Amino acid sequence: MKHLLYLIFPLLFSNLIVAQKVAVYDNYVTLEKKILNDKSTTYVVNFWATWCAPCVKELPHFEKLNSENKKVKVVLVSLDFKNQYETKLLPFVKNRKINSEVVLLTDKDYNAWLPVVSKDWSGSIPATLIIKNGEKKVFAERSFSSYEELNEFVNTNIN
Amino acid sequence: MKILSGLLLFVSVFFIAGFAPDTPTPYKIGDKATDFKLKSVDGKMYSMADFKAAKGFIVVFTCNHCPFAKKYEDRINDLAKKYKPQGYILLAINPNDPAVEPDDSFELMKVRAKEKGFAFPYLVDEGQKIYPQYGATKTPHAFLLDKNLIVRYIGAIDDNVDSASEVKEKYLENAIAALETGKTPSPETTKAIGCSIKAKK
Repeated sequence: MKHLLYLIFPLLFSNLIVAQKVAVYDNYVTLEKKILNDKSTTYVVNFWATWCAPCVKELPHFEKLNSENKKVKVVLVSLDFKNQYETKLLPFVKNRKINSEVVLLTDKDYNAWLPVVSKDWSGSIPATLIIKNGEKKVFAERSFSSYEELNEFVNTNIN
Repeated sequence: MKILSGLLLFVSVFFIAGFAPDTPTPYKIGDKATDFKLKSVDGKMYSMADFKAAKGFIVVFTCNHCPFAKKYEDRINDLAKKYKPQGYILLAINPNDPAVEPDDSFELMKVRAKEKGFAFPYLVDEGQKIYPQYGATKTPHAFLLDKNLIVRYIGAIDDNVDSASEVKEKYLENAIAALETGKTPSPETTKAIGCSIKAKK
C-alpha cells in the first residue's frame, strides 16, 4: 500500500511537474545571452503572442519541429503583455501542453532590440530567427502554413 | 476628374516602371506617397487632395482587432485633434480584409469610431490596394507625409505601446516638429511590434 502511495502521490502533481516555468526577460540582449547562448545548439526562435492569431496557428508546427527535428531546439519568445503573464500566457502554455521552451520578453524598447534580431524586421509577428554556431543565420518575417514547410525551411537554412 | 486621371497616370507609371503589381516596393523616406479615395465610417470618400491647405498628412494604418492598435487608439485620436488646427491631417486606414479578420469589418469600424469618438476619418482600404503601396506591414504603422505627399517619417507613434504616460520618445510628434522648423526628422524610421496585416493568401 505504501509503495502504491509513493507511486500515486507524485502523479497527482504531474501536471505541475510537466508544466514548464516561463522565464520573463525585460531586455532582449539579456535573453539572448542567457537562453540562446549554447554555440553547439541550433536555435529556431519564434516570436509570437497569445493574441496573435497567425502565431497561434503555426505553433503546432514549431512543437512538432522541436520533437522531431533533432538538429534544432525551438525557443518560443512570447511578446505578450507583462500584465497578462498569469492570466493569459501561463494558462495558454499549460492548456496546450507546450513542450518547447517558452520565454516572455517584455522589452518595450522595440526600436532598440528589433534591429538586433534582424535589420530587416519591420515588426510584424509571427517571425522566426535561426541561430547556428552562435550566429544569426536567417530571419523570416512570415508564417509557416505546415510542419513540412517549416521543416524544409529550417533544414535548407541550417545545412 | 483631374485628380482621378492624375492618379491613373501615377499608377500607370508604376506599371510602366516595371513594378510587379502584386509586390510594390515599400516606401522609403523621400518617396512620394500615393493619394487614395477611400470610404470612411461616415460614408463619405476621402482623399488627401481634399485637404488643399494641409501642411502634411499623418497616415496611420490601424484596425479594430489588434491589441497594439487598440493601445494607441486614444493617442491617435489626441494626435488628430492636436494637429488638425496646425494643418496636419490624420487619416486612419484599416488595411485588413474582413473576410480574414471579421472584427475589422466596416460595420464594426463604425461601432468603434462611435464608441471612442474618433475625430478623424477611419478609412477602409477597399480591395487592399493602398497598404501594399505604402509598404505597411502591421498595425499600427504610421507614415508622416509633407504637403507634397513626400514620406518624411515611417514607423512607430512613440516608444511605449503599454503606457502613454511612460513614453520617453514621441517619434511621430518629434518628426512633425522637425518638419515645422525645416529640419529632418530624427529618427526618420523606427521599428515596433504590431499585428500582421490580414490579407487573403
